[in-house]
Amino acid sequence: MASGILVVCEHEDGAPKKTAYELLSKARSLAAELGGDVSAVVIGSANAANLGEYGASVVYTADGSEFSSDGTGSWASALAAAIVEADPAVVLGAASVDIRSAFPRLAVRIGAGMASDCTDLFIQDGVLIARRPMYAGKAFADVSISSSVALYSVRPNSFPGAAPVGGSATVSPLSVSHSEAELASKIVGVEAPKSETIDLTEANLIVSGGRPVDSSENFDRLIRPLAEALGATVGASRAAVDAGYAPHNEQVGQTGKVVNPSLYIAAAISGAIQHLAGMRTSRVIVAINKNPEAPIFQHATYGIVGDIFEICPLLTEEAKRQGIGR
Amino acid sequence: MKVGVCIKRVPGSDSRINVGDDAQGPDLADVGWEVNPYDSFALEEALQLQESGAASDVVVFTVCGPEGDAKIRDALAIGKRGKCGASKAVRLDDPAFAGSDAIGVARILAAAVKKEGIDMVIAGKQSIDGDSAQVPAMMAEILGWPSVCEVTDLEVDGSAIKAWRAAGSGKREVVALSLPCVITADKGLNTPRYPTLPGIMAAKRKPIEVVDAGALGLDTSTVGASAALVTVAKWSPPPARPQGRILEGDASAVVAELITLLRDEAKVL
Repeated sequence: MASGILVVCEHEDGAPKKTAYELLSKARSLAAELGGDVSAVVIGSANAANLGEYGASVVYTADGSEFSSDGTGSWASALAAAIVEADPAVVLGAASVDIRSAFPRLAVRIGAGMASDCTDLFIQDGVLIARRPMYAGKAFADVSISSSVALYSVRPNSFPGAAPVGGSATVSPLSVSHSEAELASKIVGVEAPKSETIDLTEANLIVSGGRPVDSSENFDRLIRPLAEALGATVGASRAAVDAGYAPHNEQVGQTGKVVNPSLYIAAAISGAIQHLAGMRTSRVIVAINKNPEAPIFQHATYGIVGDIFEICPLLTEEAKRQGIGR
Repeated sequence: MKVGVCIKRVPGSDSRINVGDDAQGPDLADVGWEVNPYDSFALEEALQLQESGAASDVVVFTVCGPEGDAKIRDALAIGKRGKCGASKAVRLDDPAFAGSDAIGVARILAAAVKKEGIDMVIAGKQSIDGDSAQVPAMMAEILGWPSVCEVTDLEVDGSAIKAWRAAGSGKREVVALSLPCVITADKGLNTPRYPTLPGIMAAKRKPIEVVDAGALGLDTSTVGASAALVTVAKWSPPPARPQGRILEGDASAVVAELITLLRDEAKVL
């Protein structure tokens, strides 16, 4: 019978990502209640063995250039192979671009139910419940899954990453059979990013600018230097993106990225419902706005009533002076 | 090439969603409905393919009751003067569909797409109500077709397709694939048009075909609430945030205080 938890551990430059540690740590505490082992699966080339120190008893690996991303659907095939080997009751992955594309195909292939972008997982009366935002976080639903294997994608930064507990894992390479659909597509190019940045959805610190920033030049002058000084990722409101001040992939909100950082600085963002929906789970929110009545202040941990043209450069200077972000 | 576009009507992004005290789901009586914004990118892309000659026909699909007809008409109204826009809509409606989870909805849409002889499905990357982002890729798996999710650029040259997708860490991947396939649209793919008055008039004459499980040849035990693997047990409003504080005083003093608070009190720097 299916038991235990399989964690999809993503990696970057050969090392596990922060989300891998967050999920392994949560998997350990859930497995202590539900029973069964914690195992991990690593897709693509990475150092897999050290995951044993974080509680994985077996690490399944699918190595090969076709597994560099799920662009062709190869991850669904690798994960299906891992599930045959591990026979888990629960599969956890981060709500990343590749998991978002792989899990739905996997769910159909193995007949599993799936809950997307969960922000909490807990056990109630012996049943695993996933709490997940709906309507971009304007409401939350507690979801249960009845299939013998259940898939959960988890929003980054939802759980703390744990320290190593010691232990070692057996590394077990998978034999993956590729689907017809997968062979009908091929990655023919990878375009490098313009700058080295952390994805908004995985970022721990975010500085976002609103429409009053007033131009892309001002984004470069006010928002980006502040983000750089703090070691943060840049975001923008829908109005700022629609006005052309920032690119689409920097939009935070219900029709952009939904983010979950430790710190979200909203510079000249009034706090429209659709923007709040995209960032309200941030642990600490700082609002900087000229208008003391702006709705964002009702959600802010700290507020400054002031002009971003004055405050942002001062913040950048102060962050540098105090040696933040180094 | 015949293109199918999946749409869903959703509460507008400026809607307030209030969860009732009974925890039984939001009260949607007073929300304003719109076509899911990501589906508007999908529709626009399909219409641009039609206008360039790459697509011979565009058909709109939705799983909904008759309450969805107004938004279907909105979708049918979009298109260039002289070009027809979507030729018709297929509304998938059967009491047996009620309570379907994502796999159930994907089965319904996959059956309809197959019946209509669609070569390429374009859908929004997710609907902004359930936010699951599951149905389109599930359809692709059911149909045995390749899929590319969260596409921001699409090139069609006969049956050779190229799709650009964000691949994490700011990278963009180019995926080449052949027909038939499923594409999901992200913001940035295009700028959707608004319907024009002639378009709105023309849309009134376009057919909305209502298709049930029997007409799809769909086994009703595979869809609806009884087949659902995923169920919502309880709803709740977002957790309340602790009372915040406004920092007051001279700008440079306030800024220094903020950095100190973020570092020493909130411990986020």
